[in-house]
Amino acid sequence: MAYHSFLLEPISCHSWNKDRTQIALCPNNHDVHIYKKDGTKWTKIHELKEHNGQVTGIDWAPESNRIVTCGTDRNAYVWSLKGEVWKPTLVILRINRAARCVSWSPKENKFAVGSGSRLISICYFEQENDWWVCKHIKKPIRSTVLSLDWHPNNVLLAAGSCDFKCRVFSAYIKEVEEKPGPTVWGSKMPFGEVLFESGPSGVSGGAGEGAGGGWVHGVCFSHSGNRLAWTSHDSTVAIAEGGKTSTISSLSSETLPLLCVSFITENSLVAAGHDCYPVLFVYDGTKGSVTFGGKLDVPKQTSQRGISARERFQNLDRRATSSETTEQGLESLHKNSISQISVLEGGKSKCSTFCTTGMDGGMVTWDVKSLESDLKDLKIV
Amino acid sequence: MSKNTVSNRFRTVDVDEYDENKFVDEEDGGENQLPDIVHVASLTPLCTGNLMEALQAVLKNPPINTKNQNVKDCAEGLVLKVLSAFKSSDVDKGVQSLDKNGVDLLMKYIYKGFETPSDNSSAVLLQWHEKALSAGGLGCIVRVLTARKTV
Repeated sequence: MAYHSFLLEPISCHSWNKDRTQIALCPNNHDVHIYKKDGTKWTKIHELKEHNGQVTGIDWAPESNRIVTCGTDRNAYVWSLKGEVWKPTLVILRINRAARCVSWSPKENKFAVGSGSRLISICYFEQENDWWVCKHIKKPIRSTVLSLDWHPNNVLLAAGSCDFKCRVFSAYIKEVEEKPGPTVWGSKMPFGEVLFESGPSGVSGGAGEGAGGGWVHGVCFSHSGNRLAWTSHDSTVAIAEGGKTSTISSLSSETLPLLCVSFITENSLVAAGHDCYPVLFVYDGTKGSVTFGGKLDVPKQTSQRGISARERFQNLDRRATSSETTEQGLESLHKNSISQISVLEGGKSKCSTFCTTGMDGGMVTWDVKSLESDLKDLKIV
Repeated sequence: MSKNTVSNRFRTVDVDEYDENKFVDEEDGGENQLPDIVHVASLTPLCTGNLMEALQAVLKNPPINTKNQNVKDCAEGLVLKVLSAFKSSDVDKGVQSLDKNGVDLLMKYIYKGFETPSDNSSAVLLQWHEKALSAGGLGCIVRVLTARKTV
């Protein structure tokens, strides 16, 4: 696991290029910096300055090599590499609040922007006028859209929002694609249709204490698109399987809320958040249950030295516990909340490396194989 | 600069009230006669000294959906009574007997109890809080804070 500290400020968002040699990130200001990997060192090669507000979302399209960024200045820019320079094209989103997240579709002919004006803008390129046009999905979203993820069929889009719900919309644009075939989430998909909406806090798992729920921070489709996972602010993780029964299984975790989630195989997901370390969850399709798989972090160094009576009383006085850990800081690699997870290698079906960035300005690349061997009884199914 | 000599009353208008997209909470009605049943169900074990049963009974059917404040106060008083009746050594066993949802619910009542402290209630609640925290973790407390329908 390599930890690299880019800056002292939080990394608002990041995105990798196709061969994972360059990373575009926003150092909590109005710019986007692109770093290139030189062996083990990172050098800054580009600075993309165009936004007037903090850049809240970056996505780098692997095939067409275009970067889309969105920010609190209510704009989005599509950047293309012309020679050695990145040139921006403004996209008018027609929103009156900040944009929060952006994502290229799998075929890269359109992208979706979630914003605080309670709508999702789906933008596609119109050849005749040579500019980006956007269409809005408004109903029934009632609050800020925090996270987006596309289904592999390029039409369905999952959105998690602050009105405590996770939904699957159809973002079918007839100008750029043909009618999609039926999927487990539904067969009729006109633009803006809601194919799935989660209840407040999931259905299974005991009596279910009535409405509760929290803002949906992260959503992720599995590789096949048949499963959808989301994490919410009330420290729960939920997975829904598309289909006639459309069951939702949720797990109330014991950790602080998780901010981002990603599938690493069809049955396991990795999520991370305010606890500063990634955690693994395993989904059992036959039983429809989500279980906690383990904490993914550096193994704890157990110090065997005894603790004197004086120290014990001192600890009791200062920290109200007489435990042995005299370490002042966190034991995890990240020293502050993790805000984004991205899969580096292997895709969402057989991920072998993933990367996390957080509020401590650092980036960690995690290797799944070495995690499995380092941490005992960790099984990734 | 011209001074606005016409009425300033428009400044007191709350524009958000007239926004057609305004978020309105979904409310369901509540049942009002629960506390009596719960009252009886928990007092009998309490009198006979069967505290585990009293705990389970009082945590069943919490008045989450009702808007009637009296019902909520009544329920809270009952829970506090049961919690205070436990001996310090039995608190741990009490918490272990609850399932995940039960621990979340217990934590909700504990925090509700903290809001209106009476002579010894805080000390008792703090003991329960410590045990409930080790059972439910920080996620349990987060769920109390993010719950939209309070006990």
